[in-house]
Amino acid sequence: MNKEMTLKDIVGELRDGMVIGVGGWGPRRKPMALIREILRSGLKDLTLVAYGGPEAGMLCAAGKVKKLIYGFVSLDQIPIEPYFRKMREAGGVEVAELDEGLLLLGLKAAGQRLPFLPTRVGLGSDVMTYNPGFKTVKSPYDDGEVLLAMPAIELDVALIHTTRADRLGNTQTDGPDPYFDELFARAAKKTYVTSELLVDRLDKDYSDKAKSSLFERYLVAGVSETPLGAHPTTSHDAYGWDMKHLQTYAASAAEEGGWQKFFDEYLAGDEKTYLERVGGEAGIRALPIPTF
Amino acid sequence: MTAAKDFTLAELIVVAAAEAWRHDGELLAVGIGPLPRLGVSLAKLTFAPGLMLTDGEAMAVEDPVPLGPRGDYKPRYSGWMPYGRVFDSVWSGRRHAMVTPVQVDRFGQGNISALGPFEKPKVQMLGVRGFPGNSINHKNSMFLPNHSKRTFIEGEVDVVASVGFSPKRWQEGMDRSKIEIGMIVTDLCVFDFNGPDHAAQVLSLHPGVTFEQVQAATGFPLLQSSAITTTAAPTEEQLAIIRRLDPHNIRATVLKGNPPGVRTAA
Repeated sequence: MNKEMTLKDIVGELRDGMVIGVGGWGPRRKPMALIREILRSGLKDLTLVAYGGPEAGMLCAAGKVKKLIYGFVSLDQIPIEPYFRKMREAGGVEVAELDEGLLLLGLKAAGQRLPFLPTRVGLGSDVMTYNPGFKTVKSPYDDGEVLLAMPAIELDVALIHTTRADRLGNTQTDGPDPYFDELFARAAKKTYVTSELLVDRLDKDYSDKAKSSLFERYLVAGVSETPLGAHPTTSHDAYGWDMKHLQTYAASAAEEGGWQKFFDEYLAGDEKTYLERVGGEAGIRALPIPTF
Repeated sequence: MTAAKDFTLAELIVVAAAEAWRHDGELLAVGIGPLPRLGVSLAKLTFAPGLMLTDGEAMAVEDPVPLGPRGDYKPRYSGWMPYGRVFDSVWSGRRHAMVTPVQVDRFGQGNISALGPFEKPKVQMLGVRGFPGNSINHKNSMFLPNHSKRTFIEGEVDVVASVGFSPKRWQEGMDRSKIEIGMIVTDLCVFDFNGPDHAAQVLSLHPGVTFEQVQAATGFPLLQSSAITTTAAPTEEQLAIIRRLDPHNIRATVLKGNPPGVRTAA
């Protein structure tokens, strides 16, 4: 069993119109190498589901997104993702703006093969107004409480960046927070993983790190070795986000033709040339992990 | 406890904000932004030792982490608080956050999502983020640095992100009993929504500020609490703690011009 794939192989498995979930959280641990490969492809009409960071802005800027389902889209120190803001203010893309916890519950319902999970979250807020498909249920017990039936968010694929992986599809993820990568993997028909390091068998050299595995290998359809593949987002514990690069990216959103210029300058070509253009391996590895 | 003579408005606000958590006992306490974070840290260190704090990311700490670059300071972790556990805390009601909406209305509803029509906002802001779930599950206080009719608006907020007491937003059978709006701390006063029928009532006016001035800067009617007072000046002890928690004086950058704590007549 060998699940190793190239980035191109993985993107070759994606289809126009798919529902794609992306792991990570804002500018943290995003599978950006894979996102860049999608940006270089002809894929379109995607539904993107994320706790969004630069991947959401970039895919919107490139016209790849038909619908965006999000808990937020933020670059943290740049609180509102610049191309997300631009797209929203132009009324450009269909959106489902969810409470962060509702996104969690929608993914959880999909992973459990349930139609919905009941919750109070969202009631009384405009989440109900702007997600007109949301319906309530009445508790069948004596309390009779009316709750939101948060519908399952089923994904065609989940794309997730990890610290270490093996060719069997086992993964390990360092860093203080697992975010909701597990729920994305469980909600998806197939999960494709990029990893800072790929080995034959994690049990041989990283047996002591087994608790950092976030989900089972039976969920993983393919894995690609992409060192520095989360740049410009943080990949614990290897390198921090590249806020200078993100600021350059953000500034491009204010320019006429800014996205095309940014694409040509940094993203066109392949990962090797990309990494050289953004400071090379030594430069990226020197980026400090931010504290708060 | 010596009341300080010389303090900034930001420092007054930190001390006032700390009061929001006074009776919380043990729960996850979060102040978002420099002044609320200093407020919750001060509460923890002085009169609310049960509060649980984090390092701003995913670790629980007993000693509040100072703001800004840490130098040689290394936080010591007492537990783990990744986002998954934050949601569990939210949904169980064991959290109290102080947040900063861009708009707040007479119903206590807050907006951080967007200004103008949602379909095509005039200004896209943060989105609703965790506000709907937080506000229906646990106590939330607020800090608004610029008390004006643009923030405390006349009508309903453009997008209801955090829920409140607007009757038309609720159907029979929905449980509103867990909604709790704590203290609203601004650059002019401290108020809450605990008047009759959740009416806004001023609890204290910052030194040199009049009730009329606050009402004129608010888009909805305010009541005066029967115990209305002047917001307490920081003590020297409190100021010393604040300085230690904010060694880079980030608090001086929050309010325009970093005004003094006592306003003099214009």
